[in-house]
Amino acid sequence: METLWFWLVSVMVAIYVVMDGFDFGAGILHLVVAKTNEERRQVLGAIGPLWDGNEVWLLAGGGSLFLAFPKVLASGFSGFYLAMWLVVWSLMLRGISIEFRSHVQDGLWRHFWDATFAVSSVVLPVLLGAALGNVLRGVPLDGTGYFSMPLWTDFQLGPQPGVLDWYTVLIGVFALVTVTAHGALFLAWKTEGPVHLRAKRLAPRLWLLVLVVWVAASAATARVNPAILHNLPGAPLAWVAILLYLAGLGLVFLGLGRERFLLAFLGSGAFILGLLAASAACVYPVMLKSTLNPAFDLTALNASVGGHGLRTGLVWWLFGFPIALGYVAFLFRFHRGKVSAAEEGEGY
Amino acid sequence: MGDPLFWHRLQFGFTATYHYLFPQLTMGLALVIVILKALGLRTGEARYSDAARFWIRIFGINFAVGVVTGIPLEFQFGTNWARFSHLSGGIIGQTLGMEGMFAFFLESSFLGLLIWGEKKLSPKGHFGAAVALWLGSWLSGYFIIATNAFMQHPTGFAVAADGTLQLTSFWAFLLNPWALGQYAHNMIASVVTGSFVVAAVGAYWTLKGIHPVQADLNLRTGTIMGLIFSVLVAFPTGDLQGKLVAKYQPITLAAMEGRFESGPRAALTLIGQPDVSERKIENPIKVPAVLSFIAYGTFSSNVKGLLEFPQDQWPQNIELLYYSFHIMAGLGTLMIGLMALAVFLLWRGKLATTRPLLWAVMLAVPFPYIATTAGWAVAEFGRQPWLIYGVLRTAQGSSPLVHAGHTAFTTLGFAGIFVVFSMLWLFLIGRELAHGPESQAH
Repeated sequence: METLWFWLVSVMVAIYVVMDGFDFGAGILHLVVAKTNEERRQVLGAIGPLWDGNEVWLLAGGGSLFLAFPKVLASGFSGFYLAMWLVVWSLMLRGISIEFRSHVQDGLWRHFWDATFAVSSVVLPVLLGAALGNVLRGVPLDGTGYFSMPLWTDFQLGPQPGVLDWYTVLIGVFALVTVTAHGALFLAWKTEGPVHLRAKRLAPRLWLLVLVVWVAASAATARVNPAILHNLPGAPLAWVAILLYLAGLGLVFLGLGRERFLLAFLGSGAFILGLLAASAACVYPVMLKSTLNPAFDLTALNASVGGHGLRTGLVWWLFGFPIALGYVAFLFRFHRGKVSAAEEGEGY
Repeated sequence: MGDPLFWHRLQFGFTATYHYLFPQLTMGLALVIVILKALGLRTGEARYSDAARFWIRIFGINFAVGVVTGIPLEFQFGTNWARFSHLSGGIIGQTLGMEGMFAFFLESSFLGLLIWGEKKLSPKGHFGAAVALWLGSWLSGYFIIATNAFMQHPTGFAVAADGTLQLTSFWAFLLNPWALGQYAHNMIASVVTGSFVVAAVGAYWTLKGIHPVQADLNLRTGTIMGLIFSVLVAFPTGDLQGKLVAKYQPITLAAMEGRFESGPRAALTLIGQPDVSERKIENPIKVPAVLSFIAYGTFSSNVKGLLEFPQDQWPQNIELLYYSFHIMAGLGTLMIGLMALAVFLLWRGKLATTRPLLWAVMLAVPFPYIATTAGWAVAEFGRQPWLIYGVLRTAQGSSPLVHAGHTAFTTLGFAGIFVVFSMLWLFLIGRELAHGPESQAH
């Protein structure tokens, strides 16, 4: 049951990254691919109806983590205290910038929200990527099950690292580049006209950059957490995940080559999903690794709540998850086709 | 200032109070919008859908601020209340997870359709989006109230050997009697907020002599709903909530009333200042035996005073608790009176010309907000010194390694962000009010 919940939480988080990833990407790119007010509204029109639902995956994933592994949530959230609030403040400003931009027809008002939207969209994937980096590298958990970290120290690894060191920044940059490339495919798929052309032109270059950073990030991860490579032969799910992300990567380049952007976008979703699943499979059962002593690791086994709670949660989860997927399908179907800018006062 | 617990409590209290200024309006307005849309579908009259369109715009602005100010609350469980989260996550994680899964997905999927979809959807489809938002926001309210009810009156759990709380009965937890009572009281209060806002806008336009059709419709809808729901918030739901407190938290009841001595035929204090060190109420005005009746249904019941309980179980801030309760109950009574008068004049056809009362209805907007905030202060100060009543003390629930300075810093950060949000909200809502309702030619 603990293993199942480890995977349910991982799947929820991975779906979150894929879903919010493309609207982060749209936010990162919009100053570049959308020059005029009309074009920016086209970008916002594409993600406007979706971003809030995408972020619910974070809350639902967090809720799943809370109910199944409360010790991990308690330790991680309090340990990353200041970094967590940077994430939260960025999420808040980003949401407001999407929702409020269209309310006033004024150039300065809109420039302000465009900039807020772009900056928060850059900060978030870097921080969330760095969070993943921290999970892979480990944190100074001691016997109490808690830790406390400064935002950064000397950017070196060691038993007492900061939230940001060269490795976690590298993973943050990888996350940034990947969601940007993911977002470019989404925009190429959902828009037409100049935005489509610019996104289409940028996408292959961004994906080549993803490949470069990916190799660097993988090599660094193998060095920072050798257990991952060590676990690989004994983790069949990791091989499935690797096949998934390789297939995804193949689809990305196939889709780009044939200008079939939905295919490429689905490929990049599979790439992200596969990468995260492979990481989860290789670190299992460790959820929060200790840099001080492996005995202090928080794992799916020693941090989970009792069986009755997990079984109860599973019952409603099995109802809720298909409904949530149904909403996603409904939304994409309702907003199918290319997006054009809404008339003033009629949309994002 | 160096005590982390103080800052953790201040931060949660501050951010939760600020956040709840927005959902109380959206949850109430959601019902108003559903009613207006339903009337529009039924009668085919454009004035109903015009009114709904105006309120949907107000709803959208409010909802956005509600969503983003709600995010930090979810995070604070882990960041500031780590030991509480560790011990009780297996239980309250259920409702918080269900809120995401069953309520937030529903709301977020239909929000865009409600706000921007009127032209894309059929009238029935758009009505459906309004119903979805109403259901989603009220469902979300239930999961949060059920979570809070577990802290007020824990049910359906057992304490495991390692000190963590384990779920033993999902239904006992989810259908906690405290949750049912508090939910009814709170949701009806949210409709009161919505109604007062609608009535105030109607009164404002009537006083200005603009948008006559819409002014009349909003004034009528707001005052009639305002009267019905402000009565319901007192009776039966407020009464039920009082009896729950009397049954499960008798110490809190004594503190809310500033009652130190026990005895039958307990008097209700209408006015007076508690002096905790002297164990008495200064200059009280009391109604004999009414407190006994409110708490237990008979005038002769014994209502225990604080002195009957060990002092380490008293809420720490009895004065604030006492004032919060009396402000809530006093404003509640005042609001019933105001709306009763307004509806009486409406019935006699004189409301639109009785300018002093229109002024009063317009300026009464803060009352439901203050009453609701004070009501939650009663619930939360009344729960002290417990985080989970009778199970975990507040002092034992905070994060062990987070410094006071960090929490002070982030609390000030929130204060800054909230100032910005408040200004934006006022600016955008002010624009909508100035712009007024618009008719859509079909």
